[in-house]
Amino acid sequence: MKLAGFFMLVAGWFIVLASMPLLGSMKLLTIFVLAGLGVEVIGLVLVVRSHLIVEDETG
Amino acid sequence: MTNLPTPTLSEGASVVCVVCILLVPLAAGGLALMNAGLGRSRGAAHTMIASLCILSVAVITYFVCGFAVQGFAEGPSHVLNEGGKQWDWIGAGPFFFRKFELDGSRESLVAVFSMLCAGLAALIPLGAAAERWRLRAMCASTALLAGFTFPLFAHWVRFGGWLEQVGSNYGLGHGLIDVGGSGWIQAAGGLTALSIVWILGPRRGKYSSTKMPNAIPAHNAVFVVFGAMLCWLGWLGLNSAGAILFGGALPGQTLLEIVNTTLAAASAGLAALVVTGLRFGRPDASLTCNGWIGGLVASSAGCLFIKPAEAVVVGAIAGVLVTYAVEWLEFGLKVDDPGGSISAHAVGGIWGLLAVGLFARLPTLSGSNSGQFVAQLVGIATLLGFVLPITYGLNRLLNWFVPYRVSLEGERQGMDLHELGADAYPEFVVHTEEFIQR
Repeated sequence: MKLAGFFMLVAGWFIVLASMPLLGSMKLLTIFVLAGLGVEVIGLVLVVRSHLIVEDETG
Repeated sequence: MTNLPTPTLSEGASVVCVVCILLVPLAAGGLALMNAGLGRSRGAAHTMIASLCILSVAVITYFVCGFAVQGFAEGPSHVLNEGGKQWDWIGAGPFFFRKFELDGSRESLVAVFSMLCAGLAALIPLGAAAERWRLRAMCASTALLAGFTFPLFAHWVRFGGWLEQVGSNYGLGHGLIDVGGSGWIQAAGGLTALSIVWILGPRRGKYSSTKMPNAIPAHNAVFVVFGAMLCWLGWLGLNSAGAILFGGALPGQTLLEIVNTTLAAASAGLAALVVTGLRFGRPDASLTCNGWIGGLVASSAGCLFIKPAEAVVVGAIAGVLVTYAVEWLEFGLKVDDPGGSISAHAVGGIWGLLAVGLFARLPTLSGSNSGQFVAQLVGIATLLGFVLPITYGLNRLLNWFVPYRVSLEGERQGMDLHELGADAYPEFVVHTEEFIQR
């Protein structure tokens, strides 16, 4: 789960990066940048959850 | 849109800039004092000596290779071409400052300023990882930060890198605006702190068997408050030097910088004081100081471009955010951050970047701020999607070769005795023979 979380953090960043050269309109660009950030937030939640589980297991 | 103007420095501006740069080490001293005060007495000497070691390793590593990775504006760099647009990825400056004249030019002032900023960024993780992070691991991790991650992100943000270029390449305002380092110094350091705390885990005894956090109070509130005051001075220098070097501010404009920085810190400190007073019945000294630091951090990115009244709002929001973030991290996420570094620097820094998009009035940027707001979001996305994973991955890798966490015995003994062989306050130890009747 931790790996998936970090993968999503990077994937969200790539969405943001790709949106800049690919999208011309500011409205679409804003939506894609926000979507990329949304993916990053999901990734962050996964990483946090995975650390909480590890803490629980190790006591 | 173009990048922010960076005219040649006049002699007066160079002198003001040097004075401001001289104030920056006070921020490092303040952070060190705060970190020592917020920990337990049995680790105070260790925290102070670790701060000195971290600063030393950071400035030497930056001198050896960090400046080469970071480069300087209009200096050599490695560039990718994408659809006719240039993406500047990494600097190609000289190693060991070779053939680089430290002659008072803008580039030389930038190099000196950045070297001190590398030290400041490297100090941030210590506050979060104190009392369980081994000295040699700190030094190794600092070398990684000051030699690679910090200069690389700094290059992207302020030294002609792609985050600065998104303004001219894709019409996103002036590109990412962060003159004083809310993102490239503070948030980068705060996210590194989070990575290291995830690797280390909490201090022993911090969480009970029911997973509720136990209070481990700060051992010296006076250190904490005095440290916060020193940080104020340091931040005045940091923000003013950043504004002159990166924002094209004239020496007279540093007055606005000083007013905004001070107002942001004051309102953040007061906001934290009121929030803790309302929630806990009495104001909390350490959270108030963390809120104060959060305000300073949030002010850094755009205090050249906002009005004083807006600085009060930015600071107050930072103060409230930091106070809740400390609690959320400790209770909700089980992240043990004795110095509140993640909340003050990462949360405060990200808020500072966002605040530029919301409030800043930028030169030659008329009408809507939407492009600038998107540029700031791209900067935040890069912090979360690049800086956090890479610092976690590299520190995790380093942890295999240089174990980060101190042994159980060392933690019980205290870092002072275990790693330094002497306590910070030897007179606290009662020697029984002194009370024997002779």
